[in-house]
Amino acid sequence: MDLIVNGIIQAFSLIVSLDPEVVEVTLLSLKISGAATLASTVIGVGAGTAVALLRFPGKRFVISVINTGMGLPPVVVGLFVTLFIWRSGPLGGLGLLYTPAAMVLAQIVIAAPIITGVTLAAMQKLPARLRLQILALGATRRQLVWLLMKEARLPLLTAVMAGFGGVISEIGASMMVGGNIKGYTRVLTTATVMETGKGNFELAIALGVILLILAFTVNYILTAVQQRKQK
Amino acid sequence: MNKITGILLTIYSAVFFLLIPAYAKEKDIIFATTTSTQDTGLLDELIPVFEKKSGYRVKTIAVGSGQAMAMGGKGEADVLLVHSKDAEEKFVKDGFGINRRIVMHNDFVILGPKDDPARIRGLASAADAFRKIAASKSLFVSRGDKSGTHVMEQKLWKKAGLNPEKEKWYQQTGLGMGQTLAVVVEKRGYTLCDRATYLSRKNKIDAAVLVEGDAALLNIYHVIEVNPKKFPRVNAEGGKAFADFWVAPETQKLIKDFGIRKYGAILFHPDAVK
Repeated sequence: MDLIVNGIIQAFSLIVSLDPEVVEVTLLSLKISGAATLASTVIGVGAGTAVALLRFPGKRFVISVINTGMGLPPVVVGLFVTLFIWRSGPLGGLGLLYTPAAMVLAQIVIAAPIITGVTLAAMQKLPARLRLQILALGATRRQLVWLLMKEARLPLLTAVMAGFGGVISEIGASMMVGGNIKGYTRVLTTATVMETGKGNFELAIALGVILLILAFTVNYILTAVQQRKQK
Repeated sequence: MNKITGILLTIYSAVFFLLIPAYAKEKDIIFATTTSTQDTGLLDELIPVFEKKSGYRVKTIAVGSGQAMAMGGKGEADVLLVHSKDAEEKFVKDGFGINRRIVMHNDFVILGPKDDPARIRGLASAADAFRKIAASKSLFVSRGDKSGTHVMEQKLWKKAGLNPEKEKWYQQTGLGMGQTLAVVVEKRGYTLCDRATYLSRKNKIDAAVLVEGDAALLNIYHVIEVNPKKFPRVNAEGGKAFADFWVAPETQKLIKDFGIRKYGAILFHPDAVK
């Protein structure tokens, strides 16, 4: 019990005192997962909308693949990304392994299917008549897609939150492709594991609490945007 | 839509390109090592010193010695600091590693619950202790990860004439030493642990050193450079610079002082300068 209380106290003292190492790790988590979420949003919203609106053979199969991708285990993603980017892999020449860019890449692979899947479901749930109505009003294709996205903006923000939540809390891939290098690829989740290994449970709890606060803050902001637009 | 997509794309590419290092990979050294050097905090002390002096960035991957050598054996690391004698010799003999040099040593100890159900306290021979643990079917927690510690433990079981792999009282964690110690304390088992990790955790764990001092328990760390002739992508210069750093007199002094300053005892005895 003492340990938990001390851990929480330490978390707040680390936050209040802006401990440079904790700040660095937190910012890096935010940067990497933020970049991955942004990229995944572009990919996922685009792909999800396209699959939802277009008719093509094998659509059901593609949707199944996307839905499976929503549950991709991060360690498996980490393993495959590693095999591609390490020195003996096909992209070995880029020297990407153990860099923040590699972590962004792996996290995109994790988040993009989540965002695609939620977008797809959101777009498919829109009433079919809406589409006809918009077209009847003389909208171009581009205007149609834009209006449908606007209509689905609430679930689309949920998609972004789900994607961000998936990658900020993810550890397997970050550890494998990032390597938990101090001041370079060490993020909140990998630092928590390391401090647990070192027996610094208070610091580990503190990092965990900071991760929760960070996730809450980002989701709070997105939720605020989402609920404001609902009016 | 175009406007928002445009903004998103701009932000995204800005962030992404900021993150991609400017291909300064000649300046990066991939250093594969054991968990004990990281879990004790030694690397956090030494690596900044080296980085500042040399301008290289060291990417430390702390895994077991077995995995470290597996990385080296594929050219995925530039330099190794490991403690698994037979495997190291084979690694060099097979041409994967060059310039194997001794860095430091300490010893392994057998840890267990203070009430010592297997009655091994004070035994002079580690193999005898292992036999008694087996005879009393007391829980033994193994690393099970081909690390230097795990290889040493297997050697001791062999010496004791036993093979506990399938026994119920023998459990493998597959984790680093620090995390394995947590399991040992929680389950009140016995384990083999390097003294450095034990000393760095001593005040936080409820387990005692029961057997120590057997010559068979010596734990020696060597630095090995990965052979650049075998793997052209290896950073040979960086690897050599970092290996040289480990055996330099100033570093050796830092290694010795590290434990005394932080834990009041020498964690690693420097061996490169006599």
